[in-house]
Amino acid sequence: MTRVLRLYPQLLRTGFAEAVAYRAEFLIWMFSTNMPLVMLAIWAAAARSGPVGGYSQQGFAAYYLAALLVRLMTGAWVVWEMTMEIRQGTLALRLLRPIHPLLQWSADNIAAIPMRGVVAIPVIGILLFVARSELSRDWFSWLLLCPALLGGWLLYFLVQAIIGTLALRVESAASLFDAWLGFSNILSGYLVPLDLFPEAVRKLALVLPFRFQLSFPVELMLGRWSHAEALQLLGAQWAYVLFFLLATRVAWRSGLRHYAAYGG
Amino acid sequence: MMRALRVVRAQLRASLAIALQYRFEFAVEGALALLWIAVTLAPLLVVFGTRAEVAGWTFPEMLVVLGWFVALKGLLEGTLSPSLMQVVEHIRKGTLDFVLLKPADAQLLVSLSKIEPWRLIDLAAAGGIFAIAFRRIGHPPGLTQALLALVLLCGAVLVLYSIAILVVSIAFIAVRVDNLLYLFQSIFDVARWPSTIFRGVLAMIFTFVLPLALMTTCPALALLGKLTASTAVAALAGTLLFAGAARAIWLASIRRYTSASS
Repeated sequence: MTRVLRLYPQLLRTGFAEAVAYRAEFLIWMFSTNMPLVMLAIWAAAARSGPVGGYSQQGFAAYYLAALLVRLMTGAWVVWEMTMEIRQGTLALRLLRPIHPLLQWSADNIAAIPMRGVVAIPVIGILLFVARSELSRDWFSWLLLCPALLGGWLLYFLVQAIIGTLALRVESAASLFDAWLGFSNILSGYLVPLDLFPEAVRKLALVLPFRFQLSFPVELMLGRWSHAEALQLLGAQWAYVLFFLLATRVAWRSGLRHYAAYGG
Repeated sequence: MMRALRVVRAQLRASLAIALQYRFEFAVEGALALLWIAVTLAPLLVVFGTRAEVAGWTFPEMLVVLGWFVALKGLLEGTLSPSLMQVVEHIRKGTLDFVLLKPADAQLLVSLSKIEPWRLIDLAAAGGIFAIAFRRIGHPPGLTQALLALVLLCGAVLVLYSIAILVVSIAFIAVRVDNLLYLFQSIFDVARWPSTIFRGVLAMIFTFVLPLALMTTCPALALLGKLTASTAVAALAGTLLFAGAARAIWLASIRRYTSASS
Protein backbone atom coordinates (compact mmCIF):
# COMPACT_ATOMS: atom_id res chain seq x y z
CA MET A 1 0.00 0.00 0.00
CA THR A 2 2.75 2.46 0.93
CA ARG A 3 4.58 1.40 -2.20
CA VAL A 4 1.55 2.28 -4.28
CA LEU A 5 1.24 5.65 -2.54
CA ARG A 6 4.88 6.37 -3.27
CA LEU A 7 4.81 5.31 -6.89
CA TYR A 8 1.38 6.59 -7.92
CA PRO A 9 2.33 10.30 -8.09
CA GLN A 10 5.18 9.39 -10.39
CA LEU A 11 2.80 7.45 -12.63
CA LEU A 12 0.53 10.48 -12.69
CA ARG A 13 3.43 12.71 -13.71
CA THR A 14 4.37 10.33 -16.52
CA GLY A 15 0.77 10.13 -17.65
CA PHE A 16 0.44 13.91 -17.67
CA ALA A 17 3.65 14.26 -19.68
CA GLU A 18 2.26 11.78 -22.18
CA ALA A 19 -1.00 13.68 -22.49
CA VAL A 20 0.94 16.90 -23.10
CA ALA A 21 3.22 15.21 -25.64
CA TYR A 22 0.23 14.03 -27.70
CA ARG A 23 -1.79 17.20 -27.17
CA ALA A 24 -2.90 17.58 -30.79
CA GLU A 25 -4.40 14.08 -30.96
CA PHE A 26 -5.79 14.57 -27.52
CA LEU A 27 -7.62 17.75 -28.47
CA ILE A 28 -9.01 16.12 -31.59
CA TRP A 29 -10.38 13.27 -29.50
CA MET A 30 -12.00 15.78 -27.18
CA PHE A 31 -13.57 17.66 -30.05
CA SER A 32 -15.01 14.42 -31.40
CA THR A 33 -17.26 14.40 -28.35
CA ASN A 34 -20.06 16.41 -29.86
CA MET A 35 -23.14 14.22 -29.54
CA PRO A 36 -24.80 16.39 -26.86
CA LEU A 37 -24.51 19.37 -29.21
CA VAL A 38 -26.03 17.37 -32.08
CA MET A 39 -28.94 16.46 -29.83
CA LEU A 40 -29.24 20.02 -28.57
CA ALA A 41 -29.77 21.12 -32.18
CA ILE A 42 -32.96 19.11 -32.65
CA TRP A 43 -34.40 19.87 -29.21
CA ALA A 44 -33.67 23.57 -29.52
CA ALA A 45 -35.56 23.53 -32.82
CA ALA A 46 -38.42 21.61 -31.20
CA ALA A 47 -38.58 24.03 -28.25
CA ARG A 48 -38.79 27.11 -30.49
CA SER A 49 -42.57 26.91 -30.38
CA GLY A 50 -42.67 26.53 -26.59
CA PRO A 51 -41.21 24.36 -23.82
CA VAL A 52 -41.08 20.57 -24.24
CA GLY A 53 -41.84 18.56 -21.10
CA GLY A 54 -40.56 21.30 -18.79
CA TYR A 55 -37.51 22.17 -20.88
CA SER A 56 -37.31 25.56 -22.55
CA GLN A 57 -34.68 26.21 -25.23
CA GLN A 58 -32.46 27.47 -22.46
CA GLY A 59 -33.24 24.43 -20.35
CA PHE A 60 -32.11 22.14 -23.14
CA ALA A 61 -28.96 24.20 -23.61
CA ALA A 62 -28.15 23.86 -19.91
CA TYR A 63 -28.85 20.13 -19.92
CA TYR A 64 -26.77 19.25 -22.96
CA LEU A 65 -23.86 21.55 -22.12
CA ALA A 66 -23.75 20.03 -18.64
CA ALA A 67 -23.89 16.56 -20.20
CA LEU A 68 -21.01 17.48 -22.50
CA LEU A 69 -19.06 18.74 -19.51
CA VAL A 70 -19.63 15.54 -17.53
CA ARG A 71 -18.67 13.41 -20.53
CA LEU A 72 -15.49 15.43 -21.09
CA MET A 73 -14.44 15.24 -17.45
CA THR A 74 -15.21 11.57 -16.86
CA GLY A 75 -13.66 10.06 -19.98
CA ALA A 76 -11.70 6.81 -19.92
CA TRP A 77 -10.24 4.71 -22.69
CA VAL A 78 -8.73 1.81 -20.80
CA VAL A 79 -10.75 -0.86 -22.63
CA TRP A 80 -9.04 -0.12 -25.95
CA GLU A 81 -5.65 -0.02 -24.29
CA MET A 82 -6.29 -3.35 -22.57
CA THR A 83 -7.56 -5.17 -25.63
CA MET A 84 -4.60 -3.91 -27.66
CA GLU A 85 -1.98 -4.82 -25.08
CA ILE A 86 -3.49 -8.24 -24.51
CA ARG A 87 -3.56 -8.97 -28.23
CA GLN A 88 -0.03 -7.73 -28.81
CA GLY A 89 1.35 -9.42 -25.71
CA THR A 90 2.77 -6.24 -24.18
CA LEU A 91 0.60 -6.87 -21.12
CA ALA A 92 3.42 -9.17 -19.98
CA LEU A 93 5.65 -6.13 -19.46
CA ARG A 94 3.03 -4.42 -17.34
CA LEU A 95 2.60 -7.50 -15.19
CA LEU A 96 6.30 -7.42 -14.37
CA ARG A 97 6.07 -3.95 -12.87
CA PRO A 98 5.56 -3.70 -9.11
CA ILE A 99 2.13 -2.04 -9.39
CA HIS A 100 -1.16 -3.62 -10.44
CA PRO A 101 -1.69 -2.99 -14.19
CA LEU A 102 -5.15 -1.54 -13.58
CA LEU A 103 -3.63 1.06 -11.26
CA GLN A 104 -1.10 1.93 -13.95
CA TRP A 105 -3.87 2.46 -16.47
CA SER A 106 -5.98 4.40 -14.01
CA ALA A 107 -3.03 6.78 -13.50
CA ASP A 108 -2.88 7.36 -17.28
CA ASN A 109 -6.58 8.12 -17.39
CA ILE A 110 -6.58 10.39 -14.34
CA ALA A 111 -3.48 12.26 -15.49
CA ALA A 112 -5.35 13.37 -18.60
CA ILE A 113 -7.91 15.27 -16.54
CA PRO A 114 -6.01 18.61 -16.51
CA MET A 115 -5.88 18.45 -20.31
CA ARG A 116 -9.58 17.65 -20.37
CA GLY A 117 -10.11 20.69 -18.18
CA VAL A 118 -8.56 22.86 -20.88
CA VAL A 119 -11.30 21.79 -23.28
CA ALA A 120 -13.94 21.95 -20.58
CA ILE A 121 -13.26 25.59 -19.65
CA PRO A 122 -14.81 27.07 -22.80
CA VAL A 123 -17.79 24.75 -22.35
CA ILE A 124 -18.20 26.03 -18.78
CA GLY A 125 -17.93 29.58 -20.10
CA ILE A 126 -20.66 29.00 -22.69
CA LEU A 127 -22.83 27.24 -20.12
CA LEU A 128 -22.58 30.20 -17.74
CA PHE A 129 -23.20 32.66 -20.55
CA VAL A 130 -26.16 30.89 -22.17
CA ALA A 131 -28.03 29.27 -19.34
CA ARG A 132 -26.87 30.59 -16.02
CA SER A 133 -30.40 30.88 -14.68
CA GLU A 134 -30.99 27.15 -15.22
CA LEU A 135 -28.10 26.10 -12.98
CA SER A 136 -28.43 25.12 -9.35
CA ARG A 137 -28.05 27.94 -6.85
CA ASP A 138 -27.59 25.54 -3.96
CA TRP A 139 -23.99 25.16 -2.80
CA PHE A 140 -24.78 21.69 -1.51
CA SER A 141 -25.39 20.34 -5.05
CA TRP A 142 -22.08 21.74 -6.20
CA LEU A 143 -20.36 20.21 -3.19
CA LEU A 144 -21.82 16.80 -4.03
CA LEU A 145 -20.84 17.22 -7.67
CA CYS A 146 -17.19 16.37 -6.89
CA PRO A 147 -17.83 12.89 -5.45
CA ALA A 148 -20.55 12.37 -8.06
CA LEU A 149 -18.13 13.10 -10.91
CA LEU A 150 -15.51 10.86 -9.33
CA GLY A 151 -18.12 8.12 -8.97
CA GLY A 152 -19.17 8.62 -12.58
CA TRP A 153 -15.61 8.33 -13.77
CA LEU A 154 -15.01 5.23 -11.63
CA LEU A 155 -18.10 3.54 -13.03
CA TYR A 156 -16.99 4.23 -16.57
CA PHE A 157 -13.42 3.13 -15.88
CA LEU A 158 -14.40 -0.04 -14.01
CA VAL A 159 -16.89 -1.16 -16.64
CA GLN A 160 -14.16 -0.72 -19.23
CA ALA A 161 -11.74 -2.63 -17.02
CA ILE A 162 -14.17 -5.54 -16.59
CA ILE A 163 -14.88 -5.74 -20.30
CA GLY A 164 -11.19 -5.30 -21.08
CA THR A 165 -10.41 -8.21 -18.78
CA LEU A 166 -12.73 -10.36 -20.86
CA ALA A 167 -10.25 -9.85 -23.70
CA LEU A 168 -8.06 -12.32 -21.83
CA ARG A 169 -10.64 -14.98 -22.74
CA VAL A 170 -12.50 -13.85 -25.86
CA GLU A 171 -11.45 -11.92 -28.93
CA SER A 172 -14.38 -9.57 -29.36
CA ALA A 173 -14.24 -7.76 -26.03
CA ALA A 174 -14.02 -4.39 -27.75
CA SER A 175 -17.28 -5.14 -29.56
CA LEU A 176 -18.89 -5.96 -26.25
CA PHE A 177 -17.92 -2.54 -24.99
CA ASP A 178 -19.39 -1.03 -28.12
CA ALA A 179 -22.70 -2.68 -27.19
CA TRP A 180 -22.46 -1.32 -23.64
CA LEU A 181 -21.86 2.11 -25.13
CA GLY A 182 -24.97 1.81 -27.27
CA PHE A 183 -27.18 1.08 -24.26
CA SER A 184 -25.36 3.65 -22.18
CA ASN A 185 -25.98 6.40 -24.74
CA ILE A 186 -29.71 5.90 -24.40
CA LEU A 187 -30.07 4.96 -20.73
CA SER A 188 -27.57 7.39 -19.20
CA GLY A 189 -29.37 10.47 -20.46
CA TYR A 190 -26.55 11.27 -22.89
CA LEU A 191 -28.81 11.52 -25.94
CA VAL A 192 -32.16 12.35 -24.36
CA PRO A 193 -32.91 13.64 -20.83
CA LEU A 194 -34.32 10.67 -18.91
CA ASP A 195 -37.49 12.48 -17.86
CA LEU A 196 -38.55 12.86 -21.50
CA PHE A 197 -38.64 9.10 -22.09
CA PRO A 198 -41.88 7.14 -21.94
CA GLU A 199 -42.66 5.97 -18.42
CA ALA A 200 -41.53 2.34 -18.92
CA VAL A 201 -38.10 3.26 -20.32
CA ARG A 202 -37.63 5.89 -17.65
CA LYS A 203 -38.38 3.46 -14.83
CA LEU A 204 -35.88 1.00 -16.24
CA ALA A 205 -33.22 3.69 -16.66
CA LEU A 206 -33.62 4.87 -13.08
CA VAL A 207 -32.59 1.53 -11.56
CA LEU A 208 -29.77 0.66 -13.99
CA PRO A 209 -26.24 1.91 -13.33
CA PHE A 210 -26.01 3.97 -16.56
CA ARG A 211 -27.68 7.06 -15.13
CA PHE A 212 -25.04 7.41 -12.43
CA GLN A 213 -22.39 7.89 -15.09
CA LEU A 214 -23.91 10.97 -16.56
CA SER A 215 -27.48 11.90 -15.77
CA PHE A 216 -26.96 12.13 -11.99
CA PRO A 217 -24.06 14.65 -12.06
CA VAL A 218 -25.94 16.66 -14.70
CA GLU A 219 -29.05 16.75 -12.53
CA LEU A 220 -26.93 17.95 -9.62
CA MET A 221 -25.68 20.84 -11.73
CA LEU A 222 -29.23 21.68 -12.71
CA GLY A 223 -30.35 21.51 -9.05
CA ARG A 224 -33.03 18.87 -9.52
CA TRP A 225 -32.66 17.16 -6.17
CA SER A 226 -33.25 18.12 -2.56
CA HIS A 227 -30.42 17.53 -0.11
CA ALA A 228 -31.83 14.23 1.13
CA GLU A 229 -32.54 12.92 -2.38
CA ALA A 230 -29.11 13.93 -3.61
CA LEU A 231 -27.38 12.15 -0.74
CA GLN A 232 -29.47 9.06 -1.34
CA LEU A 233 -28.57 9.01 -5.02
CA LEU A 234 -24.90 9.55 -4.25
CA GLY A 235 -25.08 6.55 -1.92
CA ALA A 236 -26.66 4.46 -4.68
CA GLN A 237 -23.98 5.59 -7.12
CA TRP A 238 -21.17 4.58 -4.80
CA ALA A 239 -22.87 1.26 -4.05
CA TYR A 240 -22.65 0.57 -7.79
CA VAL A 241 -19.01 1.70 -7.76
CA LEU A 242 -18.25 -0.75 -4.96
CA PHE A 243 -20.05 -3.54 -6.78
CA PHE A 244 -18.12 -2.91 -10.00
CA LEU A 245 -14.88 -2.70 -8.03
CA LEU A 246 -15.45 -6.17 -6.61
CA ALA A 247 -16.50 -7.47 -10.03
CA THR A 248 -13.31 -6.06 -11.56
CA ARG A 249 -11.24 -7.83 -8.95
CA VAL A 250 -12.92 -11.16 -9.55
CA ALA A 251 -12.79 -10.79 -13.34
CA TRP A 252 -9.13 -9.81 -13.34
CA ARG A 253 -8.03 -12.66 -11.07
CA SER A 254 -9.86 -15.37 -12.95
CA GLY A 255 -9.00 -13.86 -16.33
CA LEU A 256 -5.30 -13.69 -15.68
CA ARG A 257 -5.16 -17.46 -15.24
CA HIS A 258 -6.16 -17.74 -18.89
CA TYR A 259 -3.50 -15.37 -20.07
CA ALA A 260 -0.68 -16.70 -22.17
CA ALA A 261 1.40 -13.78 -23.42
CA TYR A 262 1.54 -14.07 -27.17
CA GLY A 263 4.66 -12.70 -28.78
CA GLY A 264 5.61 -9.62 -26.82
CA MET B 1 -11.80 3.89 -67.71
CA MET B 2 -12.44 0.16 -68.18
CA ARG B 3 -9.14 -0.49 -66.49
CA ALA B 4 -10.14 1.66 -63.54
CA LEU B 5 -13.37 -0.31 -63.17
CA ARG B 6 -11.44 -3.58 -63.30
CA VAL B 7 -9.13 -2.32 -60.56
CA VAL B 8 -12.10 -1.34 -58.42
CA ARG B 9 -13.68 -4.77 -58.91
CA ALA B 10 -10.49 -6.57 -57.99
CA GLN B 11 -10.03 -4.35 -54.94
CA LEU B 12 -13.59 -4.98 -53.79
CA ARG B 13 -13.24 -8.73 -54.22
CA ALA B 14 -9.97 -8.84 -52.31
CA SER B 15 -11.18 -6.75 -49.38
CA LEU B 16 -14.44 -8.67 -49.24
CA ALA B 17 -12.54 -11.96 -49.09
CA ILE B 18 -10.41 -10.64 -46.24
CA ALA B 19 -13.42 -9.44 -44.26
CA LEU B 20 -15.33 -12.70 -44.74
CA GLN B 21 -12.54 -14.70 -43.16
CA TYR B 22 -13.71 -13.56 -39.75
CA ARG B 23 -17.17 -15.07 -39.62
CA PHE B 24 -17.75 -14.65 -35.92
CA GLU B 25 -16.77 -11.01 -36.08
CA PHE B 26 -19.17 -10.67 -38.99
CA ALA B 27 -22.09 -11.81 -36.84
CA VAL B 28 -21.08 -9.72 -33.81
CA GLU B 29 -20.52 -6.56 -35.82
CA GLY B 30 -23.76 -7.09 -37.70
CA ALA B 31 -25.69 -7.25 -34.44
CA LEU B 32 -23.90 -4.13 -33.24
CA ALA B 33 -24.82 -2.28 -36.42
CA LEU B 34 -28.48 -3.06 -35.70
CA LEU B 35 -28.14 -1.83 -32.12
CA TRP B 36 -26.63 1.46 -33.24
CA ILE B 37 -29.40 2.02 -35.78
CA ALA B 38 -31.86 1.65 -32.90
CA VAL B 39 -29.80 4.14 -30.87
CA THR B 40 -29.92 6.56 -33.81
CA LEU B 41 -33.69 6.23 -34.13
CA ALA B 42 -34.55 6.53 -30.44
CA PRO B 43 -34.04 10.30 -29.95
CA LEU B 44 -36.13 11.06 -33.04
CA LEU B 45 -38.97 8.92 -31.68
CA VAL B 46 -38.81 10.80 -28.38
CA VAL B 47 -38.75 14.20 -30.09
CA PHE B 48 -41.80 13.38 -32.20
CA GLY B 49 -43.52 11.89 -29.18
CA THR B 50 -43.82 15.48 -27.98
CA ARG B 51 -44.16 17.39 -31.23
CA ALA B 52 -45.97 16.80 -34.52
CA GLU B 53 -43.59 19.04 -36.44
CA VAL B 54 -40.09 20.39 -35.89
CA ALA B 55 -38.81 23.36 -37.95
CA GLY B 56 -41.37 22.55 -40.63
CA TRP B 57 -40.49 18.85 -40.86
CA THR B 58 -42.99 16.15 -40.01
CA PHE B 59 -41.99 12.78 -38.57
CA PRO B 60 -42.00 10.79 -41.84
CA GLU B 61 -40.12 13.57 -43.62
CA MET B 62 -37.50 13.56 -40.91
CA LEU B 63 -37.32 9.77 -41.23
CA VAL B 64 -36.39 10.14 -44.89
CA VAL B 65 -33.45 12.38 -43.91
CA LEU B 66 -32.45 9.89 -41.25
CA GLY B 67 -32.66 7.09 -43.81
CA TRP B 68 -30.12 8.81 -46.03
CA PHE B 69 -28.01 9.49 -42.98
CA VAL B 70 -27.97 5.83 -41.90
CA ALA B 71 -27.07 4.73 -45.44
CA LEU B 72 -24.27 7.27 -45.84
CA LYS B 73 -22.91 6.63 -42.38
CA GLY B 74 -22.76 2.93 -43.18
CA LEU B 75 -20.88 3.73 -46.35
CA LEU B 76 -18.52 6.11 -44.56
CA GLU B 77 -17.72 3.83 -41.65
CA GLY B 78 -17.95 0.60 -43.61
CA THR B 79 -15.71 1.44 -46.56
CA LEU B 80 -14.20 4.93 -46.75
CA SER B 81 -12.94 5.33 -43.19
CA PRO B 82 -11.33 1.89 -42.75
CA SER B 83 -9.64 2.16 -46.14
CA LEU B 84 -8.34 5.67 -45.73
CA MET B 85 -7.27 4.97 -42.17
CA GLN B 86 -4.86 2.53 -43.74
CA VAL B 87 -3.34 5.32 -45.81
CA VAL B 88 -2.36 7.14 -42.62
CA GLU B 89 -0.81 3.91 -41.40
CA HIS B 90 1.03 3.52 -44.74
CA ILE B 91 2.39 7.06 -44.51
CA ARG B 92 3.62 6.52 -40.98
CA LYS B 93 5.36 3.26 -41.77
CA GLY B 94 6.60 4.32 -45.18
CA THR B 95 4.78 1.45 -46.88
CA LEU B 96 2.84 3.84 -49.10
CA ASP B 97 5.80 3.39 -51.47
CA PHE B 98 4.46 -0.02 -52.43
CA VAL B 99 1.06 1.40 -53.27
CA LEU B 100 2.55 4.22 -55.34
CA LEU B 101 4.72 1.77 -57.28
CA LYS B 102 1.74 -0.24 -58.51
CA PRO B 103 0.69 0.50 -62.09
CA ALA B 104 -2.71 1.96 -61.20
CA ASP B 105 -3.99 5.23 -59.80
CA ALA B 106 -3.00 5.43 -56.13
CA GLN B 107 -6.24 7.09 -55.06
CA LEU B 108 -8.19 4.26 -56.66
CA LEU B 109 -6.03 1.68 -54.91
CA VAL B 110 -6.33 3.10 -51.42
CA SER B 111 -10.01 4.02 -51.53
CA LEU B 112 -11.47 0.52 -51.24
CA SER B 113 -8.61 -1.39 -49.68
CA LYS B 114 -10.52 -2.36 -46.56
CA ILE B 115 -14.26 -2.79 -46.24
CA GLU B 116 -16.56 -3.97 -43.50
CA PRO B 117 -19.33 -5.81 -45.37
CA TRP B 118 -21.56 -6.10 -42.30
CA ARG B 119 -22.30 -2.42 -42.72
CA LEU B 120 -24.55 -3.47 -45.62
CA ILE B 121 -27.06 -3.85 -42.80
CA ASP B 122 -27.10 -0.06 -42.65
CA LEU B 123 -28.16 0.12 -46.27
CA ALA B 124 -30.91 -2.44 -45.67
CA ALA B 125 -32.02 -0.51 -42.59
CA ALA B 126 -32.14 2.69 -44.62
CA GLY B 127 -34.44 0.89 -47.06
CA GLY B 128 -36.63 -0.15 -44.13
CA ILE B 129 -36.74 3.39 -42.80
CA PHE B 130 -37.82 4.72 -46.21
CA ALA B 131 -40.54 2.08 -46.38
CA ILE B 132 -41.93 3.12 -43.00
CA ALA B 133 -41.66 6.80 -43.86
CA PHE B 134 -43.51 6.52 -47.15
CA ARG B 135 -46.19 4.27 -45.73
CA ARG B 136 -46.88 7.03 -43.20
CA ILE B 137 -46.86 9.68 -45.91
CA GLY B 138 -49.38 7.54 -47.77
CA HIS B 139 -47.93 7.39 -51.28
CA PRO B 140 -44.61 6.19 -52.68
CA PRO B 141 -42.24 8.70 -54.31
CA GLY B 142 -42.73 9.27 -58.03
CA LEU B 143 -40.33 7.83 -60.58
CA THR B 144 -38.71 11.16 -61.48
CA GLN B 145 -38.34 12.01 -57.82
CA ALA B 146 -36.68 8.67 -57.12
CA LEU B 147 -34.33 9.14 -60.07
CA LEU B 148 -33.41 12.67 -58.99
CA ALA B 149 -32.81 11.40 -55.46
CA LEU B 150 -30.58 8.69 -56.87
CA VAL B 151 -28.53 11.22 -58.82
CA LEU B 152 -28.22 13.40 -55.74
CA LEU B 153 -27.26 10.35 -53.71
CA CYS B 154 -24.37 9.73 -56.09
CA GLY B 155 -23.42 13.36 -55.54
CA ALA B 156 -23.66 12.90 -51.78
CA VAL B 157 -21.36 9.88 -51.89
CA LEU B 158 -18.93 11.85 -54.02
CA VAL B 159 -18.88 14.73 -51.52
CA LEU B 160 -18.43 12.34 -48.62
CA TYR B 161 -15.60 10.60 -50.40
CA SER B 162 -13.98 13.92 -51.30
CA ILE B 163 -14.04 15.09 -47.71
CA ALA B 164 -12.47 11.82 -46.59
CA ILE B 165 -9.75 12.23 -49.24
CA LEU B 166 -9.17 15.82 -48.12
CA VAL B 167 -8.81 14.73 -44.50
CA VAL B 168 -6.32 12.04 -45.47
CA SER B 169 -4.37 14.50 -47.60
CA ILE B 170 -3.69 16.45 -44.42
CA ALA B 171 -1.90 13.36 -43.13
CA PHE B 172 0.84 13.97 -45.72
CA ILE B 173 1.62 17.28 -44.06
CA ALA B 174 1.05 16.40 -40.39
CA VAL B 175 1.46 12.66 -40.02
CA ARG B 176 -0.07 12.17 -36.62
CA VAL B 177 -3.61 13.04 -37.51
CA ASP B 178 -5.06 9.56 -37.79
CA ASN B 179 -7.91 10.64 -35.58
CA LEU B 180 -8.84 13.58 -37.78
CA LEU B 181 -11.00 11.12 -39.69
CA TYR B 182 -12.78 10.24 -36.45
CA LEU B 183 -13.37 13.91 -35.89
CA PHE B 184 -15.04 14.13 -39.28
CA GLN B 185 -17.10 11.03 -38.52
CA SER B 186 -18.38 12.66 -35.38
CA ILE B 187 -19.15 15.94 -37.15
CA PHE B 188 -21.00 13.93 -39.78
CA ASP B 189 -23.46 12.98 -37.03
CA VAL B 190 -24.99 16.43 -37.54
CA ALA B 191 -26.21 15.27 -40.96
CA ARG B 192 -28.90 13.16 -39.28
CA TRP B 193 -31.04 16.29 -39.00
CA PRO B 194 -32.24 18.33 -41.97
CA SER B 195 -29.97 21.33 -42.41
CA THR B 196 -32.89 23.74 -42.08
CA ILE B 197 -33.21 23.14 -38.33
CA PHE B 198 -30.06 25.21 -37.97
CA ARG B 199 -30.10 28.97 -38.06
CA GLY B 200 -27.59 31.72 -38.65
CA VAL B 201 -23.91 30.85 -38.78
CA LEU B 202 -24.36 27.11 -38.31
CA ALA B 203 -26.76 26.94 -41.25
CA MET B 204 -24.17 28.67 -43.44
CA ILE B 205 -21.37 26.37 -42.30
CA PHE B 206 -23.30 23.17 -42.90
CA THR B 207 -24.41 24.30 -46.34
CA PHE B 208 -21.30 25.90 -47.80
CA VAL B 209 -18.19 25.12 -45.74
CA LEU B 210 -18.92 21.55 -44.74
CA PRO B 211 -21.69 20.64 -47.16
CA LEU B 212 -23.67 18.29 -44.93
CA ALA B 213 -26.85 19.71 -46.48
CA LEU B 214 -25.80 18.24 -49.83
CA MET B 215 -25.52 14.80 -48.33
CA THR B 216 -28.78 14.07 -46.56
CA THR B 217 -31.13 17.03 -46.85
CA CYS B 218 -30.97 17.41 -50.64
CA PRO B 219 -31.60 13.75 -51.52
CA ALA B 220 -34.37 13.67 -48.91
CA LEU B 221 -36.05 16.75 -50.37
CA ALA B 222 -35.75 15.20 -53.81
CA LEU B 223 -37.40 12.00 -52.66
CA LEU B 224 -40.18 14.00 -51.03
CA GLY B 225 -40.65 15.99 -54.26
CA LYS B 226 -39.85 19.28 -52.55
CA LEU B 227 -36.59 20.09 -54.25
CA THR B 228 -36.65 22.94 -56.75
CA ALA B 229 -34.81 22.47 -60.05
CA SER B 230 -32.42 25.34 -59.39
CA THR B 231 -31.38 23.90 -56.01
CA ALA B 232 -30.80 20.51 -57.61
CA VAL B 233 -28.57 21.99 -60.31
CA ALA B 234 -26.68 24.11 -57.77
CA ALA B 235 -26.20 21.07 -55.53
CA LEU B 236 -24.78 18.98 -58.36
CA ALA B 237 -22.51 21.80 -59.54
CA GLY B 238 -21.25 22.27 -55.98
CA THR B 239 -20.62 18.54 -55.70
CA LEU B 240 -18.51 18.39 -58.84
CA LEU B 241 -16.53 21.47 -57.82
CA PHE B 242 -15.86 19.95 -54.43
CA ALA B 243 -14.78 16.61 -55.85
CA GLY B 244 -12.46 18.31 -58.34
CA ALA B 245 -10.81 20.34 -55.60
CA ALA B 246 -10.35 17.24 -53.45
CA ARG B 247 -8.70 15.37 -56.33
CA ALA B 248 -6.34 18.27 -57.01
CA ILE B 249 -5.32 18.49 -53.37
CA TRP B 250 -4.76 14.72 -53.19
CA LEU B 251 -2.45 14.88 -56.22
CA ALA B 252 -0.56 17.82 -54.73
CA SER B 253 -0.18 15.95 -51.44
CA ILE B 254 1.12 12.82 -53.15
CA ARG B 255 3.77 14.97 -54.81
CA ARG B 256 4.88 16.19 -51.39
CA TYR B 257 5.19 12.66 -50.05
CA THR B 258 8.71 11.68 -49.07
CA SER B 259 8.90 8.12 -47.87
CA ALA B 260 9.28 7.61 -44.12
CA SER B 261 11.30 4.43 -44.44
CA SER B 262 14.37 5.85 -46.13
